[in-house]
Amino acid sequence: MGFLNTVWTIARKDLVIEARSRELAYTTLFFSVSVVLVFSFSFVVEGVALTDAAAGILWVSIAFAGTLALGRTFERERQSDTLKALLLSPVERPAIYIGKLVGVLLLMLVVEAVVTPVVGLLFQAPLDRAPLLLVGLLVTGTLGFAGVGTLFAAMLIRAQSRDVLLPVLLYPITVPLVIAGVRGTAAIFAAEPNLAVAQAWLSMLVFFDAVFLTLALWVFGPVMGE
Amino acid sequence: MDRPGASPGVSFAVSVDFDTVHVDDVSRHYGRRRALAHVTLQAQQGEILGLFGPNGAGKSTLISILSTLLRPSGGGVRYGAHTVAETGDALRGQIGVLGHDLYLYGDLTARENLRFFGRLYGLDRLEARVTDALARARLSDRADDRAGSFSRGLRQRLAFERALLHDPRLVLLDEPFTGLDDDSAQVLIERLGTLRDAGHIVVMATHDFDTAEAVVNRSLCVDRGRAWPVADGAGTLRERYRRTLAERV
Repeated sequence: MGFLNTVWTIARKDLVIEARSRELAYTTLFFSVSVVLVFSFSFVVEGVALTDAAAGILWVSIAFAGTLALGRTFERERQSDTLKALLLSPVERPAIYIGKLVGVLLLMLVVEAVVTPVVGLLFQAPLDRAPLLLVGLLVTGTLGFAGVGTLFAAMLIRAQSRDVLLPVLLYPITVPLVIAGVRGTAAIFAAEPNLAVAQAWLSMLVFFDAVFLTLALWVFGPVMGE
Repeated sequence: MDRPGASPGVSFAVSVDFDTVHVDDVSRHYGRRRALAHVTLQAQQGEILGLFGPNGAGKSTLISILSTLLRPSGGGVRYGAHTVAETGDALRGQIGVLGHDLYLYGDLTARENLRFFGRLYGLDRLEARVTDALARARLSDRADDRAGSFSRGLRQRLAFERALLHDPRLVLLDEPFTGLDDDSAQVLIERLGTLRDAGHIVVMATHDFDTAEAVVNRSLCVDRGRAWPVADGAGTLRERYRRTLAERV
């Protein structure tokens, strides 16, 4: 079976399961919208949002919702030890990793498609100022976050305290990604926008993605072998 | 080589088939705990090898090593002339595993589970194979029900057919009789007999001596990480196993 076919087969399976239960979509959406809503009461005073608050809160809600999605996605593979069945199949191990990553990534992007307008509404963030650049920042940042998270969530699947360990391992490593996402988004949302700076942060995110995904593809097979 | 049990519907860049499995002086440690110590055995096509032993004896570890999921700490496994290092992905296409956990997605239907794994194995005539497998599992009328809604016995039957969907040469079964009623156990025994006659290599770990006795060709006693042949002679398999264990202790 070809690499891309395997990736699509695994990702589609995750999407079918999610479409049927909608458990992750509802949980992550509810959680991230709640985060944005609660912060809006602190950081929006008399209808005016604090400087850069919108960008920070958008990325915090993405990171938290992503962690929730990652943990639960792999919990499904743990329940009947189906990750083992994937590893037993005659497919390339990196294809399993990418398949799981695509499933998580699509779910996170759906959440972002809802949360970003909510942030725009509550914090008066100008989403239409550089929409392509904003989408680029969100997609690349989410790809890097989900890429690292998928690797760690798979590694921790047999660990007893996986729910605690996942954020402990994930957040320190993805801090550069989140910072790049926040600064890039803040540069777009600022009263005096600087799109060149936003592009620089986008380039940084592309670089992070390349490094993280290469490393993850390299180590996934050996790590899952034990 | 005679290939009655080979997988005509699975194609790989490297063609892998084998008629024997050699476990050569295999040891496996988890940290300081020894799970297997210098185990040597051989299984050949047309044979059902039974692994018997107390809980924690090392049977499941041995099955994990045979399945390629676990690397031995020492020694090695040869599948005919092949090793995992040489032919990893293609080799896994010739191995079917029924684990203690059943490797089924509870949110997918029985048919979707089989279809999903069939796609991963790159099977041709997938729909026909899935329909046949559902019929053999006697689940045709519940093919579109979620696997999570099945009883343990039904899931066990489905998982067994999932493990055999790609017609593997080496079939590894960990407690295959768990949750099965008498009828289902009898059907499983007949199915194992068919596999043996078709030239598959079956390695089965179980505590169910009475049921397994009807079908195994050869039995090994696994205890504290070591393996010995169960003594020949008079008595039932259970009695001979106890005698072997007592002699070794």
